[in-house]
Amino acid sequence: MPDQPYTRFSSAVIPLPAENVDTDQIVPARYLKITDKAGLADALFHDWRYEADGGLKEPTFVLDKPQMYGRKILLAGDNFGCGSSREHAPWALVAWGIQAVITTSCADIFRGNSLKNGLLPIIVEPERLRQLFEMVASDPGVELIVDLEAQVVHLPGDEDLPFDVDPFSKVMLLKGTDELGYLLDKKPEIEAWEAVHRGRVDTLAGAGT
Amino acid sequence: MAGQRTLVDKIWDDHVVAEGRGAPSVLAIDLHLVHEVTSPQAFTGLRRRGLKVRHPERTVATADHSVPTTPRNLPIVDELAAAQVAQLETNCREFGIPLHGLGSPSQGIVHVIGPQLGLTQPGMTIVCGDSHTSTHGAFGALAFGIGTSEVEMVLATQCLLQRRPKTYEVRIDGRLAPGVSAKDVILALLAKIGVAGGTGHVFEYRGSAIEALSMDQRMTICNMSIEGGARAGLVAPDDTTFEYLAGRTHAPRGAAWDEAVSRWRELPTDEGAAFDRSVTIDASALEPMVTYGTNPGMGLPISASVPNPADAGDDQRRRGLEQALAYMDLRPGQPLLGQKVDVVFIGSCTNGRISDLRLAAAALKGRKVADGVRLMVVPGSDEVKREAEREGLHEVFRAAGADWREAGCSMCIAMNGDQLSPGQYAVSTSNRNFEGRQGKGGRTFLASPLTAAASAVAGAIADPRLLPGIETLAAVGGR
Repeated sequence: MPDQPYTRFSSAVIPLPAENVDTDQIVPARYLKITDKAGLADALFHDWRYEADGGLKEPTFVLDKPQMYGRKILLAGDNFGCGSSREHAPWALVAWGIQAVITTSCADIFRGNSLKNGLLPIIVEPERLRQLFEMVASDPGVELIVDLEAQVVHLPGDEDLPFDVDPFSKVMLLKGTDELGYLLDKKPEIEAWEAVHRGRVDTLAGAGT
Repeated sequence: MAGQRTLVDKIWDDHVVAEGRGAPSVLAIDLHLVHEVTSPQAFTGLRRRGLKVRHPERTVATADHSVPTTPRNLPIVDELAAAQVAQLETNCREFGIPLHGLGSPSQGIVHVIGPQLGLTQPGMTIVCGDSHTSTHGAFGALAFGIGTSEVEMVLATQCLLQRRPKTYEVRIDGRLAPGVSAKDVILALLAKIGVAGGTGHVFEYRGSAIEALSMDQRMTICNMSIEGGARAGLVAPDDTTFEYLAGRTHAPRGAAWDEAVSRWRELPTDEGAAFDRSVTIDASALEPMVTYGTNPGMGLPISASVPNPADAGDDQRRRGLEQALAYMDLRPGQPLLGQKVDVVFIGSCTNGRISDLRLAAAALKGRKVADGVRLMVVPGSDEVKREAEREGLHEVFRAAGADWREAGCSMCIAMNGDQLSPGQYAVSTSNRNFEGRQGKGGRTFLASPLTAAASAVAGAIADPRLLPGIETLAAVGGR
């Protein structure tokens, strides 16, 4: 799905200190009745942002504070993206403009979905996350630079925060290509494997409509 | 090493198509389950690239998430849901995929119909664009949820790019007390390890308590592996597994059956094989469990009281607990027993199978749902519904004052109109108590079918161990 290379960028941070943010919060299920990817930026964190009548909640959720518009880095608590496998979650974050989530851990399915959509999970130690939240609290407009190629986040004062990323996902992101293209190129290997491994079931046989 | 492998290792090794330097393995997928919510964009992707479905005969679809549970002769009122279901029908027709759609006698929740049709078999790799695909691990299959990009990849190539997961032994020994069931076991595990405890791992549930469970109960446990952060959770196949599978529509027959069983008997983890992590639970010490907060790891024995955020270890945890209790409108120190409820939901891929309904019906027989409480019973599939009606369970539910519905995901995900109103409390046999999961502003207590039934009668969270005749009730579930 990503059609452009993931390049180095600079941005201020959206702080969301909650732990275990689940994908039902990121995109509530009633917004999953779409057959495309339209409208997901509005669905993002919908029930944390809006009252039942559609007005913004009071106090305003962090995403809707005017100074947050255009920010690309989400700083979040532990175990971000747990729960459902809905890829609508990273789609919505990216549609809003988020390109990186800095946290102490991401749920497995969410991490995989994010990397396929130009959203980079950056995993840091708990103590480091606490420091980042403190830094943003004392200097809310502080700009960080995310450099995937070098695998570092540049912090103010020339400090570099290194991070790990799956080497394969890194290449895919930097090239802006998707995994399906890579997998389609494996056709000879897939055919060779299938030639010696029979299918385990035939869903077309017998039952069904 | 020395060739001693876990169940997961064996399935993994059996399905590696190619391994590249630095790249993930290409893993072959035996069965791909498809539903209306996470597939449309994947089919759009196939069309854009001019691709076909590589193996429609290893793919199967149903409509479950957004479908109404009102009588099937009524139209789908929600235009978006109707369009989504229609799109699934179009996609299946165009790409040649068998669809167990609305109105079909084999329609139902994707994780209920796979096992029911005999499609879910030991040793297989199974995926679906749904995190509760872990359910199928109960058969000794490596089954996990995937995103829509991966749905497209599997449709196009019948393969996925994956890294070998780490293994996590969950050993559960001992005998469950009457009134304590599989749901309580998994809620106890989640309370112990937390909702991120299994991240990066696959659970293997082992031990005498697991071996003693029926397939339905094993499915309940494997189903909620994802709530502990593990993409998959497995149980080694045994005679209980084979007995369940024998004679089902897609199960092997004759000589092929004998050959399959001897292959399946090789799957269990070798003696002495090592796991990356391990945890032990004493089944005999478990009480019925109920959640009090806004994730499935926030669970307690039913006789316990709501925890105090002031006692939480660190600031982030304390804030999380405060937010959860504020959302649930519960006070620290308040007993869970006796907490008033408005709605009780019995159903879902966690607890919507026939044995779950038998247990609930046995607990409700001759009793009435408390005044002001709404009890919804939603069978996991059309076949479960027919079987329940053959056994007269629907009459028991109706006589108790319950609403007996058509099959679907229903109020577990609340995207089909079945939902809580803001502020309402529900005891639910489903799998997630996230904020708004069962309807915006709704508040969920996760529990077993027995606890749900007992609570419906009491109008408040109630201990199923106090139901008259609980010793015999617990044996009702059956195969």
